[in-house]
Amino acid sequence: MREIALHLLDLAENSVSAGAKNVTIAVCEDLPADRLTASVKDDGRGMDQETLGRVTDPFYTSRTTRKVGLGIPLLKGAAEDCRGGLRINSQVGVGTYLEVTFQHSHIDRMPLGNLAGTFLGLTVGHPETHWTFLYTAHGRQAEESFEFDDAPIKEILQDVPLSDPEVLGYLRESLEDGLSQARQVLRETQPE
Amino acid sequence: MPTVKSLEDLKRIREEALKKREIKSAPGTIQIIVGMGTPGIAAGARETLKEILGMIEEKGLGNITVRQTGNIGMDSWEPIVQVQLADSTPVTYGKVTPYVVRQIMEQHVLGGKVVSDYVVPA
Repeated sequence: MREIALHLLDLAENSVSAGAKNVTIAVCEDLPADRLTASVKDDGRGMDQETLGRVTDPFYTSRTTRKVGLGIPLLKGAAEDCRGGLRINSQVGVGTYLEVTFQHSHIDRMPLGNLAGTFLGLTVGHPETHWTFLYTAHGRQAEESFEFDDAPIKEILQDVPLSDPEVLGYLRESLEDGLSQARQVLRETQPE
Repeated sequence: MPTVKSLEDLKRIREEALKKREIKSAPGTIQIIVGMGTPGIAAGARETLKEILGMIEEKGLGNITVRQTGNIGMDSWEPIVQVQLADSTPVTYGKVTPYVVRQIMEQHVLGGKVVSDYVVPA
């Protein structure tokens, strides 16, 4: 998976599988600090110390259909190759927090990828989960952030589904426009 | 923080959706499920889902619920999409690229005819 957004999607699916009701995905691009940080926080069932020690092992997987789970170890390896790393805090019955960092300017850093498409899919595809997406851009001169919380949206919609075509258009535009506006502060200060 | 679209816009969308629902006597709901486990994502399932949502928006298709689910356990067939019309038996499609999505949406979801070329053999 050569896209940070795809790894976030994979991690978010783990959160849903762990029974999370609330999931927050945060992405921060910080040019002055030359860091890219992405995190997923959930209130799922969490992991004990033993399981936690094994999730970065490429030969560990919780599923039964195949013996190898490669998502987290590959992401960890990719981050470490880019002067970053991956850490996980988890507590049984409380939830899990996973954070991955990269050197933003590192030549081998995978692209952020399509965050808007990833967030849209999660929101519509898992309507019973409460999603919060936070994107922050620290440019060299300015800082901007965008927050998308689906709770007020669901409150208004009530029984109108998120997959209604008009609602889909609303969600897609909110995410795409919000992210691209916040990202402006990076673009204006970056050399061509 | 940039405010892009207001919740007022959303309230209006909801009103319109409810009005449309009154006009049409609601036929059975169509359910589409996309496998979004690690192998599915690696095989391109996000683009598959994006195309499904894009077509719903573009063609204004109501009465469709779209879900994503975890690993289905048929890795070599990813991306996998399951389509169920009203009360009929669900049909499982494999290797569903965005191109295949268009065929499934046009022929199966809109036309009621299963696209047999991409059905995963039972």
